[in-house]
Amino acid sequence: MVSVTAGRRPFITPRAVILVLLTALVLYPLAWMLGSSFKAPEEILNNVSVLPDTWTPANYPDGWSHFDVAFGRFFLNSFMVATLTVVANCTSCLLAAYAFARLRFRMRGFWFAIMIGTLLLPSHVLIVPQFVMFRSFGWVGGPWPYLPLIVPHLLATDAFFVFLMVQFMRGIPRELDDAAKIDGCSAYSIFRYVVLPLSRPALVSTAIFSFIWTWNDFFRQLVYLSDLEKYTAPVALTLFIDSTGQSAVGPMFAMSVLSLAPVFLFFVAFQRLLVEGINTTGLKG
Amino acid sequence: MSVTTRPAQPRPQSGPAAHQRRGRPARHRDDGRAGYLFLSPWLLGLALVTAIPMLVSLYLSFTNYDILSEWSDIKWVGLANYRTMFTDDPAFWHAVKVTLVFALIATPLKLGAALGVALLLNKSFRGAGVFRGLFYLPSLLGGSVAVAMIWRSIFDRTGALNAFLGWFGIEGKAWVNDPSTALGTLILLAIWQFGAPMVIFLAGLKQVPTELYEAAEVDGAGAFRKFLSVTLPMLSPVIFFNLVLETIHGFQGFTSAFVLSGGTGGPVDSTLMYTLQLYLKGFGQFEMGYASAMAWVFLLTIGLVTAVLFRTGRFWVHYSDGDD
Repeated sequence: MVSVTAGRRPFITPRAVILVLLTALVLYPLAWMLGSSFKAPEEILNNVSVLPDTWTPANYPDGWSHFDVAFGRFFLNSFMVATLTVVANCTSCLLAAYAFARLRFRMRGFWFAIMIGTLLLPSHVLIVPQFVMFRSFGWVGGPWPYLPLIVPHLLATDAFFVFLMVQFMRGIPRELDDAAKIDGCSAYSIFRYVVLPLSRPALVSTAIFSFIWTWNDFFRQLVYLSDLEKYTAPVALTLFIDSTGQSAVGPMFAMSVLSLAPVFLFFVAFQRLLVEGINTTGLKG
Repeated sequence: MSVTTRPAQPRPQSGPAAHQRRGRPARHRDDGRAGYLFLSPWLLGLALVTAIPMLVSLYLSFTNYDILSEWSDIKWVGLANYRTMFTDDPAFWHAVKVTLVFALIATPLKLGAALGVALLLNKSFRGAGVFRGLFYLPSLLGGSVAVAMIWRSIFDRTGALNAFLGWFGIEGKAWVNDPSTALGTLILLAIWQFGAPMVIFLAGLKQVPTELYEAAEVDGAGAFRKFLSVTLPMLSPVIFFNLVLETIHGFQGFTSAFVLSGGTGGPVDSTLMYTLQLYLKGFGQFEMGYASAMAWVFLLTIGLVTAVLFRTGRFWVHYSDGDD
């Protein structure tokens, strides 16, 4: 023992005590939610303890089939919307970022300033006219009502990710482009053979953040999805608000836990990348 | 050495032979066509998803448009929506008040917590990275419907908080359903997500040159003095960045208010955030002209607040490279 810790500061410092207490406080709501999802309905709300008195997995099957449509359907819908958003964002934002970061063309500075301007534009401001427009296209309430959720991403409207990738590409040495140009590469081949392979880390960040944000997004999904069959997980979860009474509490906890699981898994797998991602760009989680 | 007489070089391994055109000047080429081709999805998005909707929104804000009426039924009402909003709509002013109170209380407390914990973590010790990750976790999860649902249960009359208070013989109340405390639970939920600004603070703290602290120590400065005279000024650009971001973020809180109030902004409009009221007007009562007017007031307010922040920032934000 002594030989291992010799020369180190004592392990139990006031700082460590404060940090441990703070961690417990911060993590308590999440731990309580997880533990409570295994409690019997009458025990859930008023048992402060994280661990159930009696363990029961019953809330999970109850929640899964609590509504007319199985919850699995909602998760599938969420997963589909999130995955398509990831693909759309990675493609469209990469193309735009390449133009901004690497190509020379007239009015580039002007367009770049506009792009930066849209960074801080709240989505709530445009929701009404966008809704009116998409509805006139027949996309709202149509056979596949996810178009309004996905098409904007295909058009690189997530300025955050364009900006993130521009910043990243500026770090790729220009000598590589020049060398490729000397060898006769066009702007397209430089993109394909130089910039695209080297942009992998920025693409990974974009993919992870796109997935998490879309998975958590509520506002736009609430506005555009009206058919129970087409609901995503967050919209479906709010149905529990209306179904009052103790019978709904357990299932609500169980489905809440399941809906957070993918984000949590991303956190475990990519923790460093996520933390560094917000460092370099100031992106919000 | 001119480009044309350049000795043959090995081609880039992955370079396509088809595009090899030798002898062409490499620099000062205008990529105009390629540039606009690569930019075209973004340009289309700018027009279709941002610019045109903005103009449509501005137009609608001067009309009585609701989603049920035909386009031909749209009537130009001039400034009527704006006039009603400012003089004849108590709910609007309520929403403004709730949003301001929320942003003014939650933002400084959240940033304070973020800075405090960042200072605690700004030492290299075993497990610092683990703590950083764990404190960041709520920022990833906290905006979700699921967490808001749980928050509601914790602060319910029969929720965990009251069960905890019961141990000390304190009888709690239905925090979520009491107009005087409902907004407080929303603010707590916002503060709980202090991890994201904390991570940004930590990165800023790492940038402060240690020589400055050493110099301050030579001058006999204590820990508090060092914080005031070295850490705060050196960190001020990061504080400013977080302040702008979190303030704008705070104005837009929707999900938690929607879930905790069951989509009503209640009890007694105490959690009626501006965005929630906008949603209720536009998609609950279908008064889309009115909602568009609200959206424009919102946009102008956020622009104004940001401008004011930048203006005041001149007096307290210290950029080290500009001063020397």
